[in-house]
Amino acid sequence: MQKYLLSRLLQAVLILFGVLVLVFFMVRIAGDPVNLMVPREASEEYREEFRNMMGFNRPLLVQLADFMGGALVGDFGNSLHFKEPAMPMVVHRLPATLELAGAGMIMAIVVAIPLGLIGGFRPGTWIDSLGRFLGLLGQSTPSFWLALLMIFFFAVDLGWFPSFGRDSIKSIILPGFVMGFGGMGALVRLTRSATMEIRGEDYIRTARSKGLLPKTIYIKHVLRNVLIPLVSVIGVSFGYSLGGSIYIETIFAWPGMGQLVQQAIGWRDYPLIQAIAVFTSVVVVLMSLLTDVAYAFIDPRIRYND
Amino acid sequence: MTDLAPEMNPERGTGLQVDEERGWRARLAYGRKLLQRDKSGVIGLTIFIVLVLTAVFAPQIAPHDPEQQNLRMAKTPPAWTAEGTWEFPLGTDNLGRDLLSRIIFGTRVSLAVGFLGVLIAGSLGMLVGAIAGFVGGRVDNIIMGGINLILALPYLLFVVVIASILGRSLINVILIFGFTDMPIFARVTRGEVLRIRESGYVESAISVGAGRWRILFDHILPNLIGPLITVATFEMSGMIFYEAGLGFLGLSVPPSVPSWGNMLSAGRKYLTTSPWIAAFPGFAIMITSLSMNLLGDWLRDVMDPRLRRTER
Repeated sequence: MQKYLLSRLLQAVLILFGVLVLVFFMVRIAGDPVNLMVPREASEEYREEFRNMMGFNRPLLVQLADFMGGALVGDFGNSLHFKEPAMPMVVHRLPATLELAGAGMIMAIVVAIPLGLIGGFRPGTWIDSLGRFLGLLGQSTPSFWLALLMIFFFAVDLGWFPSFGRDSIKSIILPGFVMGFGGMGALVRLTRSATMEIRGEDYIRTARSKGLLPKTIYIKHVLRNVLIPLVSVIGVSFGYSLGGSIYIETIFAWPGMGQLVQQAIGWRDYPLIQAIAVFTSVVVVLMSLLTDVAYAFIDPRIRYND
Repeated sequence: MTDLAPEMNPERGTGLQVDEERGWRARLAYGRKLLQRDKSGVIGLTIFIVLVLTAVFAPQIAPHDPEQQNLRMAKTPPAWTAEGTWEFPLGTDNLGRDLLSRIIFGTRVSLAVGFLGVLIAGSLGMLVGAIAGFVGGRVDNIIMGGINLILALPYLLFVVVIASILGRSLINVILIFGFTDMPIFARVTRGEVLRIRESGYVESAISVGAGRWRILFDHILPNLIGPLITVATFEMSGMIFYEAGLGFLGLSVPPSVPSWGNMLSAGRKYLTTSPWIAAFPGFAIMITSLSMNLLGDWLRDVMDPRLRRTER
C-alpha cells in the first residue's frame, strides 16, 4: 500500500514536471513568442524592448531554467494585461470555478447514479430506456449550445433565472445544470454497464444460490462494487470539468478560471495563460492522485496487492 | 493457468477467442444480427451515411450559395413561422445568408476535421502504440510516460490555448486534433497488442511454427482493427464536438468559412431576437454526435464479444 502510494506520488511529480516543460514550449511552437504577445501593429523598437524585458533574448536553456525556477515558487511573471503577478490572479478565480464544477457534479451524480443502477438491474424497462436516452443525450449535446438554449428559454423567455453573473443562488442553476449535463451522460452509462457487469459475476451467483434476499445482494454485493469504479471516474471528470468550464463561464459571464482563459486569449496575455495552464494541471493531477488514494482505500484488492 | 480444465480457466471459454479465431465473416454476420435486433445501430449508421453524402454533394444539395448575402432578407425566421418563407427553410442569419445552405456546407468542415484528425491520430497512435507493445522494456516505459502525461492534462484547455497560438485555419485545427488525440489510440493499440500477444491462439500459432510476420499480419493486425475502429468512431465524434467548440470561441476555421461552430458563435449575438441562428447549427452538431455515439456503441458490441453476455 505504501509502496503504491509512493510510486503514485512520484508519478504525479513527474507529470507536473512534464507539464512545466510543455507549457514553456507551448508559447514557442509558432516561433518567436514576441509575435504572440505584442499587438500586430507594434513597432520594431517596441518588439526589441519587449524581448529584452521578457528575457526572450537569452539562450533557450537559460529561459527554461528561469521558468522552472520561478514555477517552483509559483512565480509565472506578471500578467501583460494587468501588470501584476499572474498566479495570484488565477488562484483568486478558483473558488468560482470550483463552485460551478461542484454544482455540475452534484447534479450529475443525483440524476445519473440512481438511473444507472436501476437500468443495470432491470435492463429493458422504461426507466432503463430513459436512462440510456439521457445518457446518450448528455454525451451528444454540446454544452455551449445547451447553454444558449437554456438562456433563451429560462432567462429570456420565462425570466426565471438570471442569464449571466454570479450574484445569488439563482445564478448557479443554469450554468450548473449545463455543466452537469455532459457528465451525467457519461455517468449514467458507466453506472449502468458497471452494474450489469457485476450482476453477472460469480460471487453474485453464489450469493443468490445461498438464498440471500435480493435486497441484501443489491446493496451489499452490487452497489458497493459499482461505487468503486465510479469514485475514480467522478474524481477524474471533476478535474476535466475545469477545462470544460471555458465555454460555460464565457457564456454565463461566470467569473472563474475558464472565463479568464478566454479573456486572456483576447488580450494576448500569454504569461497569464501559462499560469492558468499550470495551475489547472496541478489541480487536475492532484485530483486524480487523491482519487487513486481513495480508490486504494476503498478497494481491498488494491490495498492488499503489494 | 494451463493446468486448469478449459471450462475452469477464466482466460478461455469466454467466447472471445473463439470469435477472434472465427474471424471477420463471423463478426460481420453477428453485426448484421445486431443491426436487426438493435435499431439504434441502424439509426446511427443511416444518419452517418446521410451526413457523409451531404458533405460530398453539398454544392448540389444546398438551395443557396452559403456565402450569398441578402441584407433585405436578414434574420428571416424559419419557414414554418408566420414571417418565414420557404425560400429559406431554416431562416437566414444576420447578413441574410441561408442557414440551411450554411449548415449543409458546414458538414464538410466538421467531417473533414473528424476524418482527417482521426486518420492522423490513428496512424500515429497505432505506430507508437505498436512499438511500445512489441519492443517493451525501456522504450515502452518512455512512450507510456509521455502518453500518460498528455492524458493527465486538462485536454480542452490545452487545445484551446494551442489553437489560439497557431491561429485560425482548417489545417491547424486538423493537426492539433491529430497530434493531441494520438495518445488515446497509442494506449489502446499497446493494450491490445499485449493482450493478443499473450492470447491462446497466438501461442498455438507459434507452436505450429508460424513466423513472426505471419503472426503479426494474420493474428495481431486483424484483431487490432476492431477495437481501433470503435475508438475512432468515438474520437471522431469528440473531434467534431471540439472543433465546433473552438469555432464557438473564435479559434477554429476563419470566420468567413461556414462551419457549425462559427455559425453558433455568430448566432450567439442575436440570441434574444433571432434564436434560430444559433439553434440550428447546434442541433446539427448534436445529431452528428448522436449518430456517431450510436454507431460507436453498436460497433463496440460487434467488435467486443466480451460484452455480449452482459448486454442481454
